[in-house]
Amino acid sequence: MEERTGKKIFNGIAIGKIKFLEKTENQVIRTKVSDTNAEIERYEAAKIAAISQLEDLYEKALAEVGEANAEIFNVHAMMLEDDDYNESIHNIITTQETNAEYATAVTGDNFAEMFANMDDDYFKARSADVKDITERVITVLCGGSDNNDIGDEPVIIVAEDLAPSETVQMDKTKLLAFVTRLGSANSHTAILARTMGIPALVNVGISKDWNGKIGIVDGYTGKFLVDPDADLLAEYEKKKAADEEQKNLLLTLKGKENVTKSGQKISLFANIGNPNDLGAVLANDAGGIGLFRSEFLYLESETYPTEEEQFLAYKKVVETMGGKKVIIRTLDIGADKQVDYFDLDKEDNPALGYRAIRICLTRPEIFRTQLRALYRASAFGNLAIMYPMIISVDEVRRIKEISKSVREELASENIAIGNVEEGIMIETPAAALMSDELAKEVDFFSIGTNDLTQYTLAIDRQNAKLDSFYDAHHPAVLRFIQMATENAHKEGIWCGICGELGADTTLTETFLKMGVDELSVSPACILPVRKIIREAE
Amino acid sequence: MKSFEYTITDPVGIHARPAGNLAKEAKQYESVITITKDGKSAEAKKLMALMALGVKQGDTVTVSVEGADEETVAAKMEEFFKANL
Repeated sequence: MEERTGKKIFNGIAIGKIKFLEKTENQVIRTKVSDTNAEIERYEAAKIAAISQLEDLYEKALAEVGEANAEIFNVHAMMLEDDDYNESIHNIITTQETNAEYATAVTGDNFAEMFANMDDDYFKARSADVKDITERVITVLCGGSDNNDIGDEPVIIVAEDLAPSETVQMDKTKLLAFVTRLGSANSHTAILARTMGIPALVNVGISKDWNGKIGIVDGYTGKFLVDPDADLLAEYEKKKAADEEQKNLLLTLKGKENVTKSGQKISLFANIGNPNDLGAVLANDAGGIGLFRSEFLYLESETYPTEEEQFLAYKKVVETMGGKKVIIRTLDIGADKQVDYFDLDKEDNPALGYRAIRICLTRPEIFRTQLRALYRASAFGNLAIMYPMIISVDEVRRIKEISKSVREELASENIAIGNVEEGIMIETPAAALMSDELAKEVDFFSIGTNDLTQYTLAIDRQNAKLDSFYDAHHPAVLRFIQMATENAHKEGIWCGICGELGADTTLTETFLKMGVDELSVSPACILPVRKIIREAE
Repeated sequence: MKSFEYTITDPVGIHARPAGNLAKEAKQYESVITITKDGKSAEAKKLMALMALGVKQGDTVTVSVEGADEETVAAKMEEFFKANL
C-alpha cells in the first residue's frame, strides 16, 4: 500500500478504481502556409466556435453549480477576445507564414508564462486559464471535440491538474473524487469540487502507475491510500456508508418543498458567517440566508472595515443568492467576540456587557457606516436587516430613527435602495416578554436560541460543571419561543429561529405546531431538517 | 485628458471577473482608457494586459481617459471602480 497526504478541498470519503488522466495535449506541428489570410480566417472561425462552446459550458455550469462557479467560462470567453492575444496570433500567422495551430500555441505559451512569472498566487494561477483557452482553440482547429469521457465505471480521477472546463464536462455520476498534484484551495477546480460536494485533494505526489488500482480518498484527513489491505478497506467502507447516507438525503430531498404531510409549509434558510460559505448554501438547497453574521468583516480586518468594503461583501452575497432573501445581522461584537481596534474595556461579565446593538447605539459612526453599506447593497437583491441583543421598544425606536436618517442621506445622494425588511433578534428574556409590543415596530422576529437559553436559564454553556442543570429543551425557553411566535402572528409579521435549536430535529415537530415560519440552520443541517418536516403530519 | 486615482478595495485586486467586465465596458467607448500602476500601464479594454498589471487590494491606480467623450467616460469609470473594485 502507498499513502500520500495532500491538501483537503472537500470532506467526504471515496473508494474506487483510480483513473490516471493524462493531459491529451494536442501535438502541434508547425507547417508553412501560403494563404495567410485564409489561415487567419480559419483561426477566427475556430475562436468563434470555442466561444460558443464556452457559452454552452457557462449554461451547464450555471444550472449545476451556480453563478459564482459558472462565471469563469464567461471570463474565458472574454480572454479569447483579448486584443493582444488575437493580435499576437494574427502576427505570427502573417509574418512567419505558419499555421493557426502553431501561432495559437506559441501565443498561449507566452501569455501563460507571463502570468506564471507574477508574484501574486492569484495571478499566477491565471496561467492555467490561458492554457485552457489556448488548448480549446487548438482542439477546434485540429477538428477534435473536447471529450472528457472518463469511462463507464465510477473512478477517482488522478491528474497533474484539471481545468474547470474539464471538470464541469465530466459525467458527475462517474466521479468519485479528484486528486491532483497541482492546484490550490483557490483554484476554480477546487471551488467547483466543493460546490459539487465531491471529495478532492490537491498537492498530492501522484504516480502514473496507480492507474487501475484501488484507491481511498479521505477528504476528512487529506489522506490518499493506494492499494489498501482488506482491513483498511473494510474500515473505510463503513465510513463511506455513513457519508453516503448524507449524500442520498441530498439527492432525494434537493428541490423538494419543506412541507408536512398535512400541507403545512415552513421556510428553511441557512446560517453563514462568511461569503465563502455560499457554495454550501446553494449546494444544500437553502431557501435563503436566515442569518448572515456580519462580524467576519470586523474580525478579519485590522481596522474598521470601510463602507465600500462592506458594501462589496454584502452585494456579493445578495447577488449570488439571486432573488432569495438574505438576512444580514448588524455587528455583534463584544462578549466572546473581541476585536482589538474596537478598544473595548475589559469587563467582569462580558455576556451581560457592552456588545452588539449597545455598541452600535453608543458609537453611531460605526453603525451608520454599516447601515449605509447594507442599504446600498439592498438595491442588488433581496436584503433584510436584523438587529441583535434587543431588550426594549425604546431601543428599536432609536434604531429606526438612525436607519431612517441613513436612508434619507442616501436618497439625497441619489443612491438607490431596495425594499428592505427590518427585524430583530429575540435572544433576551426581556425581548421575548415584550414581543407583543416589539412586534408592532418591526417586520420580523428571529429567535436566537443560544443566547436566549443562556440568559433564561442563567447557565453558561461552556461550564461543564453545570451540565447536570442544563436542559436544552427547558420548558421556559420553549414557552418564550411560543410566546414570541404568537405575538408576531398577532401583528401579522413572521417569526423564525436562527439558533442551534432550529437544527434540533427532535424539536422540529414542536416548532411546526407552534407555527414557527422559518428555521435557519447551518447549510449541512438543511436537508436532514427537511427530511423531518416532510415526515411530519 | 481626464484622470483620477483609485485605491482598490476588492480583496483579490483587479481579478478576472471585474477585469473582464471592465474590458467589456471600456470597449463601448470612443475614448482611450488607460490604467497605470507604478509606471506600468495597460489599456482598460485589454483584459490580459490589465490582469498582468497584478493590481492588488490597497494598490492605488491612476485611471486616465482621453478622447471626445472623456468627460462622461471618466465619470462612468469612477462609478465602475467604486461599484466593482
